[in-house]
Amino acid sequence: MSQHAHTATHGAGSQTKTAEKHAQDNAEDLHDEGQNHGSYTSYITGFVLSVILTAIPFWLVMHGTLDKNWTIFIVMAAAVVQIVVHMIFFLHMNAKSEAGWSLMALFFTLIIVVIVLAGSLWVMYHLNTNMMPGMEMDGQGPQTSNPAPGGSPDQQGQ
Amino acid sequence: MASAVNTADHAATNSDEVVFYLEDEHEHAEGSSTALGFWVYLMSDCLIFAILFAIYGVLGTSYAAGPGPQDLFELELVAVNTAMLLFSSITYGFAMLQMDKGNVRATQLWLAITGVFGLCFLGIELYEFHHLIEIGATPQRSAFLSAFFTLVGTHGLHVTFGIIWLVTLMVQVNMHGLIPANRRRLMCLSMFWHFLDVIWIGVFTFVYLMGMLR
Repeated sequence: MSQHAHTATHGAGSQTKTAEKHAQDNAEDLHDEGQNHGSYTSYITGFVLSVILTAIPFWLVMHGTLDKNWTIFIVMAAAVVQIVVHMIFFLHMNAKSEAGWSLMALFFTLIIVVIVLAGSLWVMYHLNTNMMPGMEMDGQGPQTSNPAPGGSPDQQGQ
Repeated sequence: MASAVNTADHAATNSDEVVFYLEDEHEHAEGSSTALGFWVYLMSDCLIFAILFAIYGVLGTSYAAGPGPQDLFELELVAVNTAMLLFSSITYGFAMLQMDKGNVRATQLWLAITGVFGLCFLGIELYEFHHLIEIGATPQRSAFLSAFFTLVGTHGLHVTFGIIWLVTLMVQVNMHGLIPANRRRLMCLSMFWHFLDVIWIGVFTFVYLMGMLR
């Protein structure tokens, strides 16, 4: 903003140049508004929240006596909340930055990420459980699904 | 026929009613779109990490009768590492605040502190990798370890390049002061640095904590 004052004092000279510079300054100001760098308070808030959201899952896993499923749920939830905290307080993400395009790009990326992650895990899990050779028969598949070439086993035994 | 179309076109432009394009290239302030462009780059980087996370998710349980997460990971070390990266994030934030005030010395100081925290993070990670490789848990040992080293190593490489970039910018600020171009570069690096911290949240949750819970 000190640049602005500088341009104003400088502007007594040629009119056209001032106007041009002013336009540029305006553009820069707008740009600065879109990409604000936060304040001391916002950084401290983000930091404290992050510390809490990091400490909880680490403590739960290292010393916690909670049920395993609950631990997993809380650890995941803390991570998601912490990512949102980082986005808001450190990356200064809001609906107004770059006229909403940053948020739009973020949402698009999130959709792709969810598809890639969920899709890979889902497909590969099914491939693993259904197609891996040498998997243990846990009572699901019929035992006769792999018949001996000569016929049924008892026939061979005779 | 063609000439008829041409005249029709001509008439349309002359009539001044319908204009489908801007005749003058209007002024863009230098670097006005850098933030958005860099954000799009970060999002593409995010996709790289998403793929590496997916690979780890698929291969993370394929130990090939080798060591698993419980045998290898030391959560105390990971906690310290996480703290280093978190501290470096907030010190970079302070550097940006000092930059907004136009305070060159304080900006440089906070940037230097950020760099030191970044180096601590890298040092601890390299120590961990060295320890793992020493006890035979190399990337070649199992699919789980390949995926682990690729994911965590890629993040570490990003931090390495972030530190190189940080040092470069400190030299730039030293030479030219906080000129608009340098402010813009510092702003990009700040996004990059905070983004790496976001990725690390995924790494310590998904790889380390979930690994210990397995």
